[in-house]
Amino acid sequence: MPDTKYTTSHEWVRMDGGDVVTIGITDHAQTALGDVVFVDLPEVGREVGGNEACAVVESVKAASDVYAPLPGKVVEANARLSEDPSLVNRDPTGEGWFYKLEIADAAALDELMDEAGYQRFVESQA
Amino acid sequence: MATPVDVLLETPLAGLHRRLGGRLVPFAGYAMPVHYPAGILAEHLACRAGAALFDVSHMGQAELRGEGAAAALEALTPADVRGLKPGRQRYALLTTITGGIFDDFMVANLGDRLFVVVNAARKEEDFALIEAALPAGVTMRRLPDRALLAFQGPRATEAIAPLAPDLAALPFMGIAETRIAGVPAIASRSGYTGEDGFEISAPAAEAERLAEALLALPGASPAGLGARDSLRLEAGLCLYGSDIDETTSPVEAGLTWTVGKRRRTEWNFPGAERVRGELSNGPSRLRVGLKPEGRQPARAHTPVHAPDGGPALGEVTSGGFGPSLGGPMAMGYVARSHAADGTSLELMVRGRALPARVVPLPFTPHRYAR
Repeated sequence: MPDTKYTTSHEWVRMDGGDVVTIGITDHAQTALGDVVFVDLPEVGREVGGNEACAVVESVKAASDVYAPLPGKVVEANARLSEDPSLVNRDPTGEGWFYKLEIADAAALDELMDEAGYQRFVESQA
Repeated sequence: MATPVDVLLETPLAGLHRRLGGRLVPFAGYAMPVHYPAGILAEHLACRAGAALFDVSHMGQAELRGEGAAAALEALTPADVRGLKPGRQRYALLTTITGGIFDDFMVANLGDRLFVVVNAARKEEDFALIEAALPAGVTMRRLPDRALLAFQGPRATEAIAPLAPDLAALPFMGIAETRIAGVPAIASRSGYTGEDGFEISAPAAEAERLAEALLALPGASPAGLGARDSLRLEAGLCLYGSDIDETTSPVEAGLTWTVGKRRRTEWNFPGAERVRGELSNGPSRLRVGLKPEGRQPARAHTPVHAPDGGPALGEVTSGGFGPSLGGPMAMGYVARSHAADGTSLELMVRGRALPARVVPLPFTPHRYAR
């Protein structure tokens, strides 16, 4: 996905055009977590700093933080995850998105990894 | 937890776990499967529907021989060990001099000897404690060359029957030396899931053959430590180090039933003073089941408050998601004033108050053999 960037904490960041990005967790992350049973999403309107923990994904076993890749304001959260958290497992980069962030500095996205870079990162962690 | 995987011990089934695609993680110094490719949720549900095979070979096994072995153990536990009949097993606690819990364990009477199974993380301490308490003529032998398998679920008994016809006749908490698929084994009708089933001790060298024979049975599938934890929490069973430890007493933990009737007249076990006082006056806190509203789990160490605010009344000691329950579940300690079933409480999860109620345990009914 050429319009998608990745973080070392296993979030994907998709540029939707303009200054809004959609954020979720990668397929690698959902596989490592296992069955997702609850997602705690940030409130719309919340201002978050870069690398700030702003969502939590809970599997049967444990809770894990999800970080904001860049500073910005939360403009939408995926309400469907409240009803069906397993969307994160079934479609992590599609219907299992977490929230949308309005970012101040789109140029900062260039600091994140592209898909090939993320794949190399995951392999280096194995 | 930071132990490198290459210095971890392995159980006799390590090769099988790898072949089955198990995800191995460090646990009590061992590389243990937390789950297999099916995942914790599916493995949990498979145990409640059919029969699941768990490797619990990391646990400590030992046998005690000699006149006075039962009396020697009674110096360490409030359980009635002398009254344990041949072919019977009992859940028991090792208690500390101040009335805390040193460990929980199983003790069985095999006729010519006692057989004990203790927690993996406590086996060195437990065995040292027991050995130090033995009089002349009583010996303890550790059994590191034995594996321990748990075969648990509503179909476990019918499934295992072709391999060991005599097992179906074992009552709950009965134990027998038998052969399963030709492998000499010590099998008890017990477990840690709330389901019917067996815990099976077998020689390490034959453990893999036995495990493969059990996995080939109809309705059988492998399950890891993740499912073992969610199953035991739904069943309201304590995890040593989380729900019980050296600070919690048997009375606070709701484990008074492990104190033998005769022992309550003798009061000669470690910590008897505290147990006796708490039985007379009530403990200051109690272990309870906690049901959070909604879907959000509250994990261990979550503070518990009354709805009107104020200081914490206790904390969650185990918490997660119950796959069979279909929602979050927890247990923990709360002040006795707030321990009655139905009491409304709040769990402080990440700075927000999550409403919860005190509920009776277990979360899912036990289905032991009767």
